[in-house]
Amino acid sequence: MATTHIHTHEAVHHDAHGDDHEHHEGNFWTNYIFSQDHKIIAKQFLITGIFWALLGGTLSVIFRLQLGFPDMNLDWLKPVLGGWITPEGKLDPEFYLALVTMHGTIMVFFVLTAGLSGTFSNFLIPLQIGARDMASGFMNMLSYWFFFLSSVIMFISLFISTGPAGGGWTIYPPLSALPQAIQGSGLGMTLWLVSMALFIVSTLLGGINYITTVINMRTRGMSFTRLPLTIWAFFFTAIIGLLSFPVLFAAALLLIFDRSLGTSFFLSDIYIGGEALPNMGGSPILFQHLFWFLGHPEVYIVLLPALGITSEIIATNSRKPIFGYKAMIGSMLFIAILSFIVWAHHMFVTGMNPFLGSIFMLLTLIIAVPSAVKIFNYVTTLWKGNLRFTPAMLFSIGLVSFFLTGGITGIFLGNSAVDIQLHDTYFVVAHFHLVMGSASFFGMLAGIYHWFPKMFGRMMDDRLGYIHFWVTFIGVYLVFFPMHYIGIAGFPRRYYSFTNFETFSDLNTLVSVAAILTLAAQFIFLFNFFYSIFRGRLAPANPWNATTLEWTTPRFPKHGNWPGEIPAVYRWPYDYSKPGSKEDFIPQTIPFSETPESNLPHENELIKLEGNGHGTIVVEGKH
Amino acid sequence: MMSLIIVVGVILALAILYLIFRISSLVGIAKGKKADEVSDNNGIHATLFVVFMLLGLGAFFWYSYTHFDSYNLPVASEHGVVTDTLFWITMGITVAAFVIIFIVMIVFVYAYQYKEGRKAAFYPDNHYLELTWTIIPAIVLAVLIFTGLRAWNDITSPASAEAEVVELVAQQFAWTVRYPGKDNTLGAVNYKLIDNFGNEFGLDLTDNKSFDDFKSLELHLPKGKEILLKIRAKDVLHSVFLPHFRVKMDAVPGMPTHFKFVATKTTKEMREETGNPEFNYELACTEICGKGHFSMRMPVVVDTQEEFEKWKQEQETWLKQNPGYMDKVPANLRESAMIKAGMLIDKVSMESKAAFSAGGSN
Repeated sequence: MATTHIHTHEAVHHDAHGDDHEHHEGNFWTNYIFSQDHKIIAKQFLITGIFWALLGGTLSVIFRLQLGFPDMNLDWLKPVLGGWITPEGKLDPEFYLALVTMHGTIMVFFVLTAGLSGTFSNFLIPLQIGARDMASGFMNMLSYWFFFLSSVIMFISLFISTGPAGGGWTIYPPLSALPQAIQGSGLGMTLWLVSMALFIVSTLLGGINYITTVINMRTRGMSFTRLPLTIWAFFFTAIIGLLSFPVLFAAALLLIFDRSLGTSFFLSDIYIGGEALPNMGGSPILFQHLFWFLGHPEVYIVLLPALGITSEIIATNSRKPIFGYKAMIGSMLFIAILSFIVWAHHMFVTGMNPFLGSIFMLLTLIIAVPSAVKIFNYVTTLWKGNLRFTPAMLFSIGLVSFFLTGGITGIFLGNSAVDIQLHDTYFVVAHFHLVMGSASFFGMLAGIYHWFPKMFGRMMDDRLGYIHFWVTFIGVYLVFFPMHYIGIAGFPRRYYSFTNFETFSDLNTLVSVAAILTLAAQFIFLFNFFYSIFRGRLAPANPWNATTLEWTTPRFPKHGNWPGEIPAVYRWPYDYSKPGSKEDFIPQTIPFSETPESNLPHENELIKLEGNGHGTIVVEGKH
Repeated sequence: MMSLIIVVGVILALAILYLIFRISSLVGIAKGKKADEVSDNNGIHATLFVVFMLLGLGAFFWYSYTHFDSYNLPVASEHGVVTDTLFWITMGITVAAFVIIFIVMIVFVYAYQYKEGRKAAFYPDNHYLELTWTIIPAIVLAVLIFTGLRAWNDITSPASAEAEVVELVAQQFAWTVRYPGKDNTLGAVNYKLIDNFGNEFGLDLTDNKSFDDFKSLELHLPKGKEILLKIRAKDVLHSVFLPHFRVKMDAVPGMPTHFKFVATKTTKEMREETGNPEFNYELACTEICGKGHFSMRMPVVVDTQEEFEKWKQEQETWLKQNPGYMDKVPANLRESAMIKAGMLIDKVSMESKAAFSAGGSN
């Protein structure tokens, strides 16, 4: 079964016309479960990501109950949480830490890495560059199934008697290495490490594919300077992931050795549980360096795809070219490079050499420059546009707003002298939830609303989308903005309760109520999503009047994407509202020779080159 | 019964919502609205963004102004004044940038909302603009970097030799403090010597510096004198956080860390300043360390230098409190140990008293 599938699949790549693959019919298993079609794999990532997002969100609401309503009796959660609710009806403090840990792990890795990159890189790369599928459909399938396996293991770890990992999502040893220190560092941590190792395999398999596909499989005319910014973003993201995830793998492996084989990479001079451990010479700081060498690029692995998606959506719905296309690519490239040399700003007060602190402060604040450029470019793209507020556009504007709000607080935290006070307080929680968590989450939602018609051939209900947006947008601000004040006042994060700090009980209650409402609003989205898959209105071929290639495919594209020849590309993806043109958009597939009225001088020069390259006549009218 | 009613109520509410949704979407179809048309409520969102901005910025400035005292922590250290100044300078710059960009964005959102028949401007790039908003943030950030660097270098520079040395030892879930005693030098420690019977520091009694060290369950600090906190952890990572002194440094097993600072206000002065007679400085843990992380606190007392010296005089040395460990002291050091630990005086006086009373009875 698998063999024949691979065979046919390879044939597709060699076949420029690709007529025969249309007739290839697999059975249910090869079509929907072990599919090698990038569109199905993207949907698999998406559905799994939505499952995790819901779970991760629910976990956060449980611990927000504890923080917002410390006196509440939580006995009603007993049917779900069992022994983790103490006889007094309180949340177990150790389980509180497990909730925080799993919320972080799930959101950062399973939702915003796999759910976001996995979905949109898979879905959009072949469709937007004009390829029939990924370079290796088989590896792509493996990528999903490794992720699935990793998800299953992480999910199981929630239900074991000692609880899931509880040392924070950054799993700093020695806490994560010593089951004596916290229950979650027993079996829960082992499962965490195994799950993450598989997750990294999945990410690498996916990343190699994305990079190879973008480099090698672009359609005729699709030069790098004609790639939509989405593809640029996915491309950089995959490269960052490929270079940084192996380092986390190394760190996880060494931690496994320390836990199981008695090595001392991260352990030294420890007296715990009434005995002195034999480990000497290790360094917990080493782990932090290794972890953040992935951990910081990870922020951009999460963020860049969202920024790419937003660039595309804002341009389309402003009916304007994205402002500063090349500056956008340049700033993403710069961010990608800098993301590798700023990791130690998470470690200013760990006892690291202060000189290193100075260096990393310098590099960290530099990274604010390309980020600022991106915000300015988004805002300028809105200027003199003709803005259509589709749900996707609203979420994109929301992203820019969060990116701005959360981004500026990075200037405080990147300054090592100021960070002394703010480090590990709620200020940090507010910062990264806005700039990375919520911004990326909004990018993901924007992407779903925008490309849903292409994914499922139907439209989502926009009124439900609007309600979803406004409740979520206001909800997110109400959850995270007050945390700045709590942080400035010096409240440490990951605290089970603030018994001594009653002054902020009002803010904490507000935050918790907003968190519950925000989570509730996501059910509107869920309903809309699943309802529209089956009963939504059939989508027109190009519902947003966009220029990119994916809208030239049929409403329900089969494996192989285009029924006939893959369309060729003649122009960049942002010819919106071009002076002289009748329509307010010109798809990438329209040659300059057909649009003499709107061509710029240098574009007229390009007409001579059109159609000569491969001796074929341009196929027109796919849009 | 109550929960059944709630469940039924929720189901009913959901069913009604679903019906409303169905009816309105059928009405939409009946009106013949095309899926790719610009939604007729486009303008509503533009207006909502403006309302959101006004309310949001209003709430932001209102809360920041009226509740300033509840989130602004009084500062009680020399470098804390510097970092607070940096913090507020950064705040001024970033809030200005934030408000301007945010307003501009929302104004654009409102002003350029969809109008039928209008064509958007084709404005793909402008190198001067790009250059401007690359260079301006770069300059502003450079200023922040250099002021920050200077403060950072001062804060992390080595402590002077006269600094008052205090050792903080973290463990799940408590802090202990060790003072170096009269010699102002902490005795050597070794984690393998830690036991559950009294030697919680792992004090190495072959080192004669350790004899006059004493332990405290409160962190006492002098005002106006440089303090060098030496920090270590016994089991997992912890972090020393003295919020009012703007001090934070991780406690790392196997890697002693340190932080130097000067306290500028005694506890008494702070009580007057805050108008709260109950006020106490506090030490909290800010690195996740397990179940009791949130409760890992220690009271901190700042005295005047005279009070502090007096307090130190009153403390018994660790060795005096744990005389059983005298066996661990090498035989040739025992006498000096007893002198340094303040045990010999007592012993001498006791012996002489005994001799005196013995003599008296004769």
